[in-house]
Amino acid sequence: MNWGSWDAFWSMGGYGLYVWGSYAMAAIIIAIEIRQLKSRRRAALLEVERERARARSTS
Amino acid sequence: MTTTTAPRFNLYWFASPQTFYALAGRLIPWFMALAVVLTLAGLYIAFLVAPTDATQGESYRIIFVHVPAAWMSMFLYVVMAFWAAVGLAFNTRLSSMLATAIAPTGALMTALALWSGSLWGRPTWGSYWVWDARLTSELILLFLYLGFIALQAAIDDRRRADKAGAVLAIIGVVNVPIIYFSVKWWNTLHQGASVSVKGSSMATTMLWGMLIMALAFWMYSIAAVLFRVRTIILERERRSDWVRELAAQEKLK
Repeated sequence: MNWGSWDAFWSMGGYGLYVWGSYAMAAIIIAIEIRQLKSRRRAALLEVERERARARSTS
Repeated sequence: MTTTTAPRFNLYWFASPQTFYALAGRLIPWFMALAVVLTLAGLYIAFLVAPTDATQGESYRIIFVHVPAAWMSMFLYVVMAFWAAVGLAFNTRLSSMLATAIAPTGALMTALALWSGSLWGRPTWGSYWVWDARLTSELILLFLYLGFIALQAAIDDRRRADKAGAVLAIIGVVNVPIIYFSVKWWNTLHQGASVSVKGSSMATTMLWGMLIMALAFWMYSIAAVLFRVRTIILERERRSDWVRELAAQEKLK
Protein backbone atom coordinates (compact mmCIF):
# COMPACT_ATOMS: atom_id res chain seq x y z
CA MET A 1 0.00 0.00 0.00
CA ASN A 2 1.46 3.32 -1.10
CA TRP A 3 -0.84 5.87 0.50
CA GLY A 4 -1.45 6.72 4.16
CA SER A 5 -4.45 8.93 3.45
CA TRP A 6 -6.75 10.19 0.69
CA ASP A 7 -4.85 13.50 0.76
CA ALA A 8 -1.60 11.71 0.02
CA PHE A 9 -3.34 9.79 -2.76
CA TRP A 10 -4.69 12.90 -4.46
CA SER A 11 -1.48 14.93 -4.08
CA MET A 12 0.67 12.18 -5.67
CA GLY A 13 3.80 13.39 -3.92
CA GLY A 14 3.26 16.89 -5.30
CA TYR A 15 2.71 15.67 -8.87
CA GLY A 16 -1.08 15.46 -8.57
CA LEU A 17 -1.78 17.96 -11.34
CA TYR A 18 0.38 16.08 -13.84
CA VAL A 19 -0.68 12.56 -12.89
CA TRP A 20 -4.42 13.27 -12.60
CA GLY A 21 -4.29 15.58 -15.60
CA SER A 22 -3.13 12.61 -17.69
CA TYR A 23 -5.74 10.18 -16.34
CA ALA A 24 -8.50 12.78 -16.59
CA MET A 25 -7.67 13.40 -20.25
CA ALA A 26 -7.79 9.64 -20.92
CA ALA A 27 -11.26 9.50 -19.34
CA ILE A 28 -12.44 12.59 -21.27
CA ILE A 29 -11.17 11.28 -24.60
CA ILE A 30 -12.89 7.92 -24.11
CA ALA A 31 -16.14 9.59 -23.01
CA ILE A 32 -16.10 11.88 -26.06
CA GLU A 33 -15.38 8.99 -28.41
CA ILE A 34 -18.18 6.82 -27.01
CA ARG A 35 -20.66 9.71 -27.28
CA GLN A 36 -19.57 10.43 -30.84
CA LEU A 37 -19.83 6.73 -31.77
CA LYS A 38 -23.39 6.50 -30.45
CA SER A 39 -24.64 9.71 -32.04
CA ARG A 40 -23.11 8.81 -35.43
CA ARG A 41 -24.85 5.43 -35.33
CA ARG A 42 -28.18 7.07 -34.47
CA ALA A 43 -27.74 9.54 -37.34
CA ALA A 44 -26.89 6.71 -39.77
CA LEU A 45 -30.01 4.74 -38.80
CA LEU A 46 -32.18 7.85 -39.18
CA GLU A 47 -30.72 8.47 -42.63
CA VAL A 48 -31.54 4.90 -43.71
CA GLU A 49 -35.13 5.39 -42.55
CA ARG A 50 -35.42 8.74 -44.33
CA GLU A 51 -34.17 7.34 -47.63
CA ARG A 52 -36.45 4.34 -47.33
CA ALA A 53 -39.46 6.57 -46.78
CA ARG A 54 -38.47 8.69 -49.77
CA ALA A 55 -37.99 5.61 -51.97
CA ARG A 56 -41.42 4.33 -50.99
CA SER A 57 -43.17 7.63 -51.72
CA THR A 58 -41.66 7.99 -55.20
CA SER A 59 -42.23 4.43 -56.38
CA MET B 1 -18.89 -36.90 -60.96
CA THR B 2 -20.03 -34.24 -58.61
CA THR B 3 -18.92 -30.62 -58.71
CA THR B 4 -20.09 -29.63 -55.27
CA THR B 5 -17.35 -29.05 -52.77
CA ALA B 6 -17.71 -29.75 -49.09
CA PRO B 7 -18.65 -26.64 -47.07
CA ARG B 8 -15.60 -25.35 -45.26
CA PHE B 9 -14.53 -22.31 -43.33
CA ASN B 10 -14.15 -19.43 -45.77
CA LEU B 11 -12.41 -16.23 -44.76
CA TYR B 12 -13.92 -14.34 -47.70
CA TRP B 13 -17.31 -14.90 -46.20
CA PHE B 14 -16.45 -12.32 -43.53
CA ALA B 15 -15.38 -9.81 -46.20
CA SER B 16 -19.05 -9.21 -46.93
CA PRO B 17 -20.18 -6.08 -45.05
CA GLN B 18 -23.46 -7.73 -44.09
CA THR B 19 -21.76 -10.74 -42.49
CA PHE B 20 -19.13 -8.62 -40.83
CA TYR B 21 -21.77 -6.26 -39.45
CA ALA B 22 -23.39 -9.13 -37.54
CA LEU B 23 -20.07 -10.61 -36.45
CA ALA B 24 -18.78 -7.25 -35.14
CA GLY B 25 -22.04 -6.73 -33.28
CA ARG B 26 -21.53 -9.99 -31.42
CA LEU B 27 -17.87 -9.26 -30.63
CA ILE B 28 -18.16 -5.68 -29.34
CA PRO B 29 -19.60 -6.53 -25.86
CA TRP B 30 -16.79 -9.03 -25.26
CA PHE B 31 -14.02 -6.61 -26.18
CA MET B 32 -15.64 -3.85 -24.13
CA ALA B 33 -16.00 -6.15 -21.10
CA LEU B 34 -12.35 -7.16 -21.41
CA ALA B 35 -11.36 -3.50 -21.65
CA VAL B 36 -13.25 -2.65 -18.44
CA VAL B 37 -11.85 -5.60 -16.45
CA LEU B 38 -8.28 -4.99 -17.66
CA THR B 39 -8.55 -1.24 -16.93
CA LEU B 40 -9.67 -1.91 -13.36
CA ALA B 41 -6.85 -4.43 -12.85
CA GLY B 42 -4.35 -2.07 -14.48
CA LEU B 43 -5.40 0.91 -12.34
CA TYR B 44 -5.22 -1.24 -9.23
CA ILE B 45 -1.62 -2.17 -10.02
CA ALA B 46 -0.77 1.36 -11.18
CA PHE B 47 -1.82 3.08 -7.97
CA LEU B 48 -1.95 0.48 -5.22
CA VAL B 49 0.69 -2.13 -6.06
CA ALA B 50 3.47 -0.47 -8.07
CA PRO B 51 5.98 1.23 -5.76
CA THR B 52 7.13 4.85 -5.87
CA ASP B 53 9.91 5.37 -8.41
CA ALA B 54 13.33 6.00 -6.87
CA THR B 55 14.23 8.91 -9.16
CA GLN B 56 10.92 10.30 -10.46
CA GLY B 57 8.76 9.88 -7.37
CA GLU B 58 5.04 9.58 -8.12
CA SER B 59 5.15 11.46 -11.43
CA TYR B 60 6.20 8.25 -13.20
CA ARG B 61 2.65 6.89 -12.72
CA ILE B 62 1.77 8.78 -15.90
CA ILE B 63 3.53 5.89 -17.66
CA PHE B 64 0.44 3.67 -17.27
CA VAL B 65 -1.52 5.97 -19.60
CA HIS B 66 1.28 7.39 -21.68
CA VAL B 67 2.99 4.24 -22.95
CA PRO B 68 -0.21 2.31 -23.79
CA ALA B 69 -1.57 5.36 -25.68
CA ALA B 70 1.71 5.84 -27.54
CA TRP B 71 1.92 2.13 -28.45
CA MET B 72 -1.68 2.11 -29.68
CA SER B 73 -1.12 5.30 -31.69
CA MET B 74 1.64 3.61 -33.70
CA PHE B 75 0.05 0.17 -33.88
CA LEU B 76 -3.32 1.53 -35.06
CA TYR B 77 -1.58 3.52 -37.77
CA VAL B 78 0.10 0.40 -39.14
CA VAL B 79 -3.19 -1.53 -39.04
CA MET B 80 -4.98 1.39 -40.72
CA ALA B 81 -2.37 1.57 -43.49
CA PHE B 82 -2.54 -2.22 -43.92
CA TRP B 83 -6.31 -2.29 -44.49
CA ALA B 84 -6.12 0.83 -46.66
CA ALA B 85 -3.48 -0.93 -48.80
CA VAL B 86 -5.57 -4.12 -49.02
CA GLY B 87 -8.55 -2.02 -50.09
CA LEU B 88 -6.45 -0.24 -52.68
CA ALA B 89 -4.95 -3.44 -54.08
CA PHE B 90 -8.00 -5.72 -54.12
CA ASN B 91 -10.85 -3.21 -54.17
CA THR B 92 -12.44 -4.85 -51.14
CA ARG B 93 -15.00 -2.47 -49.67
CA LEU B 94 -14.77 -3.70 -46.10
CA SER B 95 -10.97 -3.21 -45.94
CA SER B 96 -11.30 0.46 -46.84
CA MET B 97 -14.13 0.90 -44.36
CA LEU B 98 -11.93 -0.59 -41.62
CA ALA B 99 -9.13 1.86 -42.41
CA THR B 100 -11.59 4.75 -42.23
CA ALA B 101 -12.95 3.42 -38.93
CA ILE B 102 -9.51 3.19 -37.33
CA ALA B 103 -8.38 6.77 -38.03
CA PRO B 104 -10.40 8.66 -35.35
CA THR B 105 -9.43 6.21 -32.58
CA GLY B 106 -5.80 6.41 -33.71
CA ALA B 107 -5.90 10.20 -33.68
CA LEU B 108 -7.35 10.22 -30.16
CA MET B 109 -4.67 7.81 -28.91
CA THR B 110 -1.98 10.03 -30.45
CA ALA B 111 -3.47 13.12 -28.84
CA LEU B 112 -3.55 11.32 -25.48
CA ALA B 113 0.08 10.21 -25.85
CA LEU B 114 1.13 13.80 -26.62
CA TRP B 115 -0.95 15.28 -23.79
CA SER B 116 0.22 12.81 -21.13
CA GLY B 117 3.78 13.08 -22.40
CA SER B 118 3.66 16.83 -22.11
CA LEU B 119 2.34 16.59 -18.53
CA TRP B 120 5.15 14.16 -17.78
CA GLY B 121 7.78 16.32 -19.45
CA ARG B 122 7.02 19.37 -17.32
CA PRO B 123 8.07 17.88 -13.95
CA THR B 124 10.89 15.71 -15.36
CA TRP B 125 12.45 17.95 -18.04
CA GLY B 126 11.12 21.31 -16.93
CA SER B 127 9.18 21.87 -20.15
CA TYR B 128 5.79 20.85 -21.56
CA TRP B 129 7.19 20.62 -25.05
CA VAL B 130 10.59 20.31 -26.73
CA TRP B 131 11.29 19.80 -30.43
CA ASP B 132 12.85 16.45 -29.72
CA ALA B 133 12.84 13.76 -32.48
CA ARG B 134 10.43 11.48 -30.59
CA LEU B 135 7.96 14.25 -29.77
CA THR B 136 8.12 15.81 -33.22
CA SER B 137 7.59 12.52 -35.06
CA GLU B 138 4.64 11.69 -32.78
CA LEU B 139 3.15 15.11 -33.58
CA ILE B 140 3.59 14.33 -37.29
CA LEU B 141 1.66 11.09 -36.64
CA LEU B 142 -1.24 13.16 -35.30
CA PHE B 143 -1.16 15.30 -38.46
CA LEU B 144 -1.11 12.16 -40.61
CA TYR B 145 -4.25 10.85 -38.90
CA LEU B 146 -5.96 14.24 -39.17
CA GLY B 147 -4.83 14.57 -42.80
CA PHE B 148 -6.26 11.14 -43.61
CA ILE B 149 -9.60 12.03 -41.99
CA ALA B 150 -9.76 15.46 -43.66
CA LEU B 151 -8.78 14.11 -47.08
CA GLN B 152 -11.45 11.41 -47.00
CA ALA B 153 -14.05 13.89 -45.78
CA ALA B 154 -13.20 16.31 -48.60
CA ILE B 155 -13.88 13.81 -51.43
CA ASP B 156 -17.52 13.02 -52.15
CA ASP B 157 -16.95 9.92 -54.27
CA ARG B 158 -16.36 7.15 -51.69
CA ARG B 159 -14.14 5.01 -53.91
CA ARG B 160 -11.91 7.94 -54.78
CA ALA B 161 -11.82 9.00 -51.13
CA ASP B 162 -10.73 5.48 -50.16
CA LYS B 163 -7.98 5.49 -52.78
CA ALA B 164 -6.64 8.94 -51.90
CA GLY B 165 -6.71 8.12 -48.19
CA ALA B 166 -4.91 4.83 -48.83
CA VAL B 167 -2.08 6.55 -50.68
CA LEU B 168 -1.63 9.04 -47.84
CA ALA B 169 -1.80 6.29 -45.19
CA ILE B 170 0.77 4.12 -47.00
CA ILE B 171 3.24 6.97 -47.49
CA GLY B 172 2.83 7.95 -43.83
CA VAL B 173 3.89 4.49 -42.64
CA VAL B 174 7.55 5.53 -42.92
CA ASN B 175 6.91 7.79 -39.94
CA VAL B 176 6.17 4.84 -37.61
CA PRO B 177 9.69 3.35 -37.53
CA ILE B 178 11.01 6.89 -37.26
CA ILE B 179 8.96 7.37 -34.07
CA TYR B 180 9.96 4.00 -32.70
CA PHE B 181 13.70 4.27 -33.38
CA SER B 182 13.98 8.05 -32.86
CA VAL B 183 15.31 7.54 -29.34
CA LYS B 184 18.14 5.41 -30.77
CA TRP B 185 18.91 7.33 -33.96
CA TRP B 186 19.03 10.77 -32.41
CA ASN B 187 20.22 12.06 -29.11
CA THR B 188 16.78 12.71 -27.70
CA LEU B 189 15.63 14.14 -24.41
CA HIS B 190 12.97 11.43 -24.45
CA GLN B 191 14.26 8.31 -22.74
CA GLY B 192 14.98 5.09 -24.61
CA ALA B 193 12.67 2.10 -24.68
CA SER B 194 12.09 0.50 -21.28
CA VAL B 195 10.77 -2.67 -22.84
CA SER B 196 12.51 -4.53 -25.65
CA VAL B 197 12.97 -8.09 -26.86
CA LYS B 198 15.98 -8.38 -24.57
CA GLY B 199 13.90 -7.68 -21.51
CA SER B 200 12.77 -4.81 -19.38
CA SER B 201 14.58 -2.23 -17.29
CA MET B 202 11.56 -1.71 -15.03
CA ALA B 203 10.41 -3.13 -11.73
CA THR B 204 8.20 -6.18 -12.31
CA THR B 205 5.00 -4.68 -10.91
CA MET B 206 5.48 -1.48 -12.95
CA LEU B 207 5.97 -3.55 -16.09
CA TRP B 208 2.88 -5.66 -15.40
CA GLY B 209 0.78 -2.56 -14.76
CA MET B 210 1.94 -1.10 -18.05
CA LEU B 211 1.32 -4.28 -20.04
CA ILE B 212 -2.15 -4.79 -18.57
CA MET B 213 -3.07 -1.16 -19.30
CA ALA B 214 -1.74 -1.59 -22.85
CA LEU B 215 -3.95 -4.66 -23.27
CA ALA B 216 -6.92 -2.68 -21.91
CA PHE B 217 -6.32 0.11 -24.45
CA TRP B 218 -6.02 -2.50 -27.15
CA MET B 219 -9.35 -4.13 -26.29
CA TYR B 220 -11.04 -0.73 -26.06
CA SER B 221 -9.64 0.31 -29.44
CA ILE B 222 -10.93 -2.88 -31.07
CA ALA B 223 -14.39 -2.32 -29.58
CA ALA B 224 -14.44 1.33 -30.71
CA VAL B 225 -13.24 0.51 -34.23
CA LEU B 226 -15.77 -2.34 -34.63
CA PHE B 227 -18.55 -0.03 -33.43
CA ARG B 228 -17.50 2.66 -35.89
CA VAL B 229 -17.10 0.28 -38.81
CA ARG B 230 -20.68 -0.92 -38.23
CA THR B 231 -21.89 2.66 -38.52
CA ILE B 232 -19.80 3.17 -41.68
CA ILE B 233 -21.37 0.03 -43.17
CA LEU B 234 -24.83 1.46 -42.41
CA GLU B 235 -23.86 4.79 -44.00
CA ARG B 236 -22.43 3.31 -47.17
CA GLU B 237 -24.90 0.47 -47.70
CA ARG B 238 -27.94 2.51 -46.70
CA ARG B 239 -29.75 1.79 -49.96
CA SER B 240 -29.46 -1.99 -49.68
CA ASP B 241 -32.39 -4.09 -48.58
CA TRP B 242 -30.70 -5.70 -45.61
CA VAL B 243 -29.73 -2.32 -44.10
CA ARG B 244 -33.28 -1.02 -44.60
CA GLU B 245 -34.75 -4.05 -42.86
CA LEU B 246 -32.24 -3.73 -40.06
CA ALA B 247 -33.00 -0.04 -39.53
CA ALA B 248 -36.71 -0.82 -39.41
CA GLN B 249 -36.08 -3.45 -36.74
CA GLU B 250 -33.92 -1.06 -34.73
CA LYS B 251 -36.77 1.45 -34.77
CA LEU B 252 -39.12 -1.05 -33.15
CA LYS B 253 -36.76 -1.60 -30.23
